[in-house]
Amino acid sequence: MADAEEPMAVDSGHRDGGCDWDGRWNHVKKFLERPGPFTHPDFEPSTEALSGFRLIHVVDMDTIDPSNLNRQFLFRPNDVGRPKADVAADFINSRVPGCKVVPHFKKIQDCDESFYRQFHIIVCGLDSIIARRWMNGMLISLLSYEDGVLDPSSIIPLIDGGTEGFKGNARVILPGMTACIDCTLELYPPQINFPMCTIASMPRLPEHCIEYARILQWPKEKPFGETSLDGDNPEHIQWVFERSKERAAEFNITGVTYRLTQGVVKRIIPAVASTNAVIAAACATEVFKIATSAYIPLNNYMVFNDVDGLYTYTFEAERKENCSACSQVPQDLQFPPSAKLQEVLEYLTENASLQMKSPAITTTLEGKNKTLYLQSVKSIEERTRPNLCKTLKELGLSDGQELAVADITTPQTVLFKLNFTA
Amino acid sequence: MASTKASKEQKYDRQLRLWGDHGQETLENAHVCLINATATGTEILKNLVLPGIGAFTIVDGHTVTGEDAGNNFFLSKDSIGKNRAQAATEHLQELNSDVSGNFVEEGPDKLLDNDSEFFHRFTIVIGVQLPESTCLRLGSVLWSASVPFLVCKTYGLIGYMRLVVQEHTVIESHPDNALEDLRLDQPYAEFQNHIKSYDLDSMEKKDHSHTPWIIIVAKYLEKWLSEHNGQPPKNYKEKEAFRQLIREGIRKNENGVPEDEENFEEAIKNVNTALNPTKIPSAVEDLFNSEQCKNITAQSPCFWVMLRAVKEFVHNEGNGSLPVRGTIPDMIADSQKFINLQNVYREKAMQDAAAVSKHVESLLQSVGKPAESIPEKDIKLFCKNASFLRVVRCRSLAEEYSVDTVNKDEITSCMDSPDSEMVFYLMLRAVDRFYQQHSRYPGVYNYQVEEDISKLKACVNSLLQEYSLNVNIKDDYIHEFCRYGAAEPHTVSAFLGGSAAQEAIKIISHQFVPFNNTFIYNAMSQTSATLRLLELNGNLPFADLFSSPNLPM
Repeated sequence: MADAEEPMAVDSGHRDGGCDWDGRWNHVKKFLERPGPFTHPDFEPSTEALSGFRLIHVVDMDTIDPSNLNRQFLFRPNDVGRPKADVAADFINSRVPGCKVVPHFKKIQDCDESFYRQFHIIVCGLDSIIARRWMNGMLISLLSYEDGVLDPSSIIPLIDGGTEGFKGNARVILPGMTACIDCTLELYPPQINFPMCTIASMPRLPEHCIEYARILQWPKEKPFGETSLDGDNPEHIQWVFERSKERAAEFNITGVTYRLTQGVVKRIIPAVASTNAVIAAACATEVFKIATSAYIPLNNYMVFNDVDGLYTYTFEAERKENCSACSQVPQDLQFPPSAKLQEVLEYLTENASLQMKSPAITTTLEGKNKTLYLQSVKSIEERTRPNLCKTLKELGLSDGQELAVADITTPQTVLFKLNFTA
Repeated sequence: MASTKASKEQKYDRQLRLWGDHGQETLENAHVCLINATATGTEILKNLVLPGIGAFTIVDGHTVTGEDAGNNFFLSKDSIGKNRAQAATEHLQELNSDVSGNFVEEGPDKLLDNDSEFFHRFTIVIGVQLPESTCLRLGSVLWSASVPFLVCKTYGLIGYMRLVVQEHTVIESHPDNALEDLRLDQPYAEFQNHIKSYDLDSMEKKDHSHTPWIIIVAKYLEKWLSEHNGQPPKNYKEKEAFRQLIREGIRKNENGVPEDEENFEEAIKNVNTALNPTKIPSAVEDLFNSEQCKNITAQSPCFWVMLRAVKEFVHNEGNGSLPVRGTIPDMIADSQKFINLQNVYREKAMQDAAAVSKHVESLLQSVGKPAESIPEKDIKLFCKNASFLRVVRCRSLAEEYSVDTVNKDEITSCMDSPDSEMVFYLMLRAVDRFYQQHSRYPGVYNYQVEEDISKLKACVNSLLQEYSLNVNIKDDYIHEFCRYGAAEPHTVSAFLGGSAAQEAIKIISHQFVPFNNTFIYNAMSQTSATLRLLELNGNLPFADLFSSPNLPM
């Protein structure tokens, strides 16, 4: 899967005679010209001049790495180091006449509302849940409601695909209407790290030895000065590898290899061309259905696994009534007034439905905006850290108080309502 | 420009973590044949070239048309008028310079006319969008030559794959969620001694809290057995009581409050699986009882020789059990206790593998082959995977198509649900029939759609009649298949491209388990099913439909 997000626009009329040829659309036009028993109820066959998807924007913050070449077929060895968005755009623009791919070498978070608003459909092949949640939140923020009723023309469908080894999934999200990413957050349980005491004093597996070198020895020994550990730097990995081997020898642990070391340090997920092809194809099929209304789109989640034979499972993920992203219902926070702010912070990060990363909590007290705790700016973190040990009552918060929480998992702040329990 | 070993390791890193260097080697030694460089064909090949198969040969006598260039990423406008095999080879070749790409500007029928053994050289043959007659002819040739054959077809929004292989053995099936091999119900001598070396009651608190849960369960199991006539906990009630027994073993502080002993909690949590009796999986028992295992000859593949050796082991040194796997899961424990326990299992595994080796040696000797013909490391790998061995046997196409051996019951029972994926299998057979009769597929041109519906329906009926299949196919499907006009949309081709390529990789590498034997993908509902149109064994055939829950369409 390209670690990219591809907003697409459909050009439904204009035939650019210069780049087409006889028969070019034969395999596709039958689906658009002919009525049929399984088409979408809204489908109207038309013999209007046809073109493919012409205008596509690609957003990707990454550059090409040699390890991408086993599956990312738009890239060649010569392209290593270049931005993925640029190379992908160049390749497609030259291979598919009439298609115009516009690259954006940046993070999805670097593009704003006005950027995303221009698209008919958004397709994601992102490599993290955080990024997915952000994109999800962005599209939800574009929804407009009139008298509490959702305006369907403000909905931008989001098609999301992801893979890991021989497993993958594809889903269709109609923001505000069907289950969103956050509605089903429990489907993605949080990543578990090894306990520190195991790493520090009781290693049993080669992985524990590697984490020891990465987490404890590197900051202590600073082998390359103040540089932080870079998983893409072979010298850094080599250093971790050698320290890990020493540690393993101390405890009679076998199995530390260079490959394992790199895998642990970079949290590498195995990947092959085939699974990515399957999921990308499923997503593309959905784009086609939505763009043409030719068929009812996937409703709404497909899982794929080809470890043993081939297995797919298709189901309708349900919306969560009180989803923190799409339900518009202010989130409930139940704590006694004697609870410390620290507890609230832990709830926000550990709760399976919220899984925030480093939430910043603000509120309004005596008409003024007050930051209760914020981690990402050092000076503010230091200033607000004492608040963590204070109770909610001591902080001046009252029952029913609204807290606004910002986090990288969402482009908009999430509103919480404090409910004091006994 | 060929890659260096280091650059290949970099390039293939993400996949080496799945099938290892030895798996990669099998790919790099493979020569894949693709028949017909349609969109489906090139998408399949793309997913084989990228991971680095040794070589491919495209066999295709067609000339590239405007239509071909319209749905195929590996053909361009400039390809129109050229031979399709050649044009596609050029674009596919540049995906990976480590791969050697070849083409033959000839169709498979002509090739077979001139050289009946042409296809014998390939590791696997992938046939795409083949008419039925060609498919059956190839099927027969490849079956006799024992060359695996993968048939693929994209027809409108339906994808179809059929694997044809006589016997495919898998040592490394890499099961998800495999049960551990702990032998708590029948601890071998060295394990027993190791357990004896622990005295839970007299241990210091620190040691007590860092004793591996396997030891804890073993100790308390000993206690239980002595109090219950040698009978282990069997039902829920007894297991609960056993869990409670362990819980009572948690050290208490001066106030009688139980301490925080996570290792004991782990033991309690694992009671259920820990008490699973050590058993040879029935799939493995079936393999022990198969002809290939019973009759070892000089021609027997290594798999069967090793299997027979394991069988001998089971009946001798193993005392009814397979060789010990030798791995244990991670668990809360101090390093030394864990490593020591792990070594007890590892050493036993080595011992058992050595015993199996001896059996391998004598088997090889008995058929006049040198002991070195099966390396030690292969035997070790085989023993480690003894519980997970799989053999896939697919029936031939001839059997599937023959009126005498068609699996009627399977088809009929699936069609009890009229929207089951089986309907697409039957429709694909019907359009093949249409092609045979009319030399074209139904509904290719707009004006044909209406009139072809009744013609296709006639084909459906004659098919059902010929095979005495008492099923009903809804008119909607017949209409839909005319509507498709034999279109090969790119996204459906690409889905099959990924699916088929991975199955081919499984066949080449002998890792992971291939499907058996018919796969249908429905892009309308994004569902799929694997149909196993099984052989009749002389016993009642059993229907085996693994399908994904369908959404109403």
